[in-house]
Amino acid sequence: MVLLLAAACVALVIGSLVSDQFAEQTVAGLATGGIFGSLALALVLIYRATEVINFAQGQMAMFTTYIAWQLMQWGIGYWGAFVLTLGIAFAGGVALLAFALGAVFVRDWTFERMGIKQAGGGVIAVVIVTIGMLILLEGAAAWIWSPEIKSFPSAFPTRPIRVGGVAFSIQDLGTIGVALGSVVVLWVFFQFTKVGLAMRAAALRPFAARLVGVRVNAMLALGWGLAAVLGAIAGLMIAPTIFLQPTMMDTILIYAFAAAVLGGIESPAGAVVGGLALGVVLNLLGTYVHFVTSELRLPVALGMLLIVLLIKPTGLFGHRVVRKV
Amino acid sequence: MRQRLALAAVLAAAVAVVVLLPLAISDYRQLQAAGVATFFVAIVGLNILTGYTGQISLGHGAFMAIGGYTTAILTHDHGWNLFATIPVATVIAFVAGALVGLPATRLSGAYLALATFAVALVVPALVRKFDHFTGGNSGILIPFHSGHWLYVVSWTTAAIFLVLAWLILRGRLGRSFRAVRDSDVAAVSSGINPTLTKTLAFAISAAFAGAAGSLFVLSAAYAQPDEFGLLLSIRLLIGAAVGGLGSLWGVVVGAVFVQMLPVWAQGISKQAPAVIQGLAVILVMFLLPTGFAGLLRRVVAPLSNRIRNAS
Repeated sequence: MVLLLAAACVALVIGSLVSDQFAEQTVAGLATGGIFGSLALALVLIYRATEVINFAQGQMAMFTTYIAWQLMQWGIGYWGAFVLTLGIAFAGGVALLAFALGAVFVRDWTFERMGIKQAGGGVIAVVIVTIGMLILLEGAAAWIWSPEIKSFPSAFPTRPIRVGGVAFSIQDLGTIGVALGSVVVLWVFFQFTKVGLAMRAAALRPFAARLVGVRVNAMLALGWGLAAVLGAIAGLMIAPTIFLQPTMMDTILIYAFAAAVLGGIESPAGAVVGGLALGVVLNLLGTYVHFVTSELRLPVALGMLLIVLLIKPTGLFGHRVVRKV
Repeated sequence: MRQRLALAAVLAAAVAVVVLLPLAISDYRQLQAAGVATFFVAIVGLNILTGYTGQISLGHGAFMAIGGYTTAILTHDHGWNLFATIPVATVIAFVAGALVGLPATRLSGAYLALATFAVALVVPALVRKFDHFTGGNSGILIPFHSGHWLYVVSWTTAAIFLVLAWLILRGRLGRSFRAVRDSDVAAVSSGINPTLTKTLAFAISAAFAGAAGSLFVLSAAYAQPDEFGLLLSIRLLIGAAVGGLGSLWGVVVGAVFVQMLPVWAQGISKQAPAVIQGLAVILVMFLLPTGFAGLLRRVVAPLSNRIRNAS
């Protein structure tokens, strides 16, 4: 797998050296791929922490982007709004899980008091709840801020810089930088801090983690908070290109899903690599294969996903779960 | 014996309500009720797959699209009788379901959810791409019918498919579905081929969705790719979960929920139907994680026990 990736990278570099257009399209693909990757990583974080496929992840990102827009309307500068929004997103993610856990506790306690036997609905009930959240957030954003398209400022200048004959857009490079930067920061956090270790323990072996004194629920809430922050970054980075509207993240979320599954839903590195690969391949296909028109982009991406899944049913970086019967 | 009688009484009452309802409500309401029947057929189908066989599908809207477009193309381009198209749509959707189901048996859990999610998105995109055959974005118009006509056709079809589902689920095939759901390994050791069983479940459930798609297009008098988008697949899954997985009783409630909720939400507030729908979905799943059928099981079973003990 690593060899295959290395070969793909070499091919991209050679292609970029040979053709200017190829280089431009590769960088643009990496930029959108970085967005897919961040959101995919958010999905993976939540999946690893709570085994929930969060269908509302894109809408959470969209909502926080609207909050950033609102802050800027109130006269706060771009970076001020950026930092504030990330803070709000984090608090929102933590509060969401805390609220859900609290609500479930109260429900079970009340039902027990009333003598009603409560059977869990399993995964499907949770999936439906996140779908409900998706509908709710999209409706709420349209209600509060109107469904009209709004323009959103970019952190980076829109003019290109030239390297040799190649024109790179600074915005693309900035997006790649921010997306990959946040991934590296997260990696350092998980690998080298005590809280990061505790979070990994809580996700991997909740009961054992609790025995050695990890506050598992707090760690899960932290995971949701971090995922919300990643989503917010993705939203803030993509909004200048695709504009601000309640449905802006719908297709992005689908690509993020594809990226997460491509890499293996349990693998953070897989999500990022999957996102980047998807972004580059889609962009190159759109440029060089004329059959792939804009309405076929999504089917092609999902077709690739299906093929990968059929060959490796747990994604590129996923491991087979072997269980005793 | 007594339980059988009670069951028969409930069933007779349900049939009476469905038959007599058109006398009481307007033509427009009958059109909406026909929509309930449409969702009923599709959700019964999804329930066979998700509830009884344990395979999640987020892509059943795609099979509805296949059924719906079969009806639209056959009536519009080839002058077929409307009724004759429903069985054809069912068969074509069955084949499509088997084609999707066979590879899908390799996947499970999150991966299956996302693969079927992909199917839900790909089919409308293909409809747009091959527009000389499907009419593309402008869609295909078919003759318009009154609400009453649609009510009769839809509920008759729903009744036929309910009986079909009941026959399938009570027999050998239904037992092997449940065996696969409860434990793959145990199913194999009792001589069941899980790949074949899951593929069949997929195909049968897609066939139901195909018939529902036919009814869907008949009601709208129109086939258009946007109508079969992701939202439709999501609504089917919501309906199945609200009704209660693994039970045919709850499906009516699930179908009424997904068909009527947008209408009611519109009535409560002009501005925020989506907010109300989202809240309703979250609340229902929070209070009834096993759906309406679970509630029935919890409330009715203890009640009937109490009555039996008292007498």
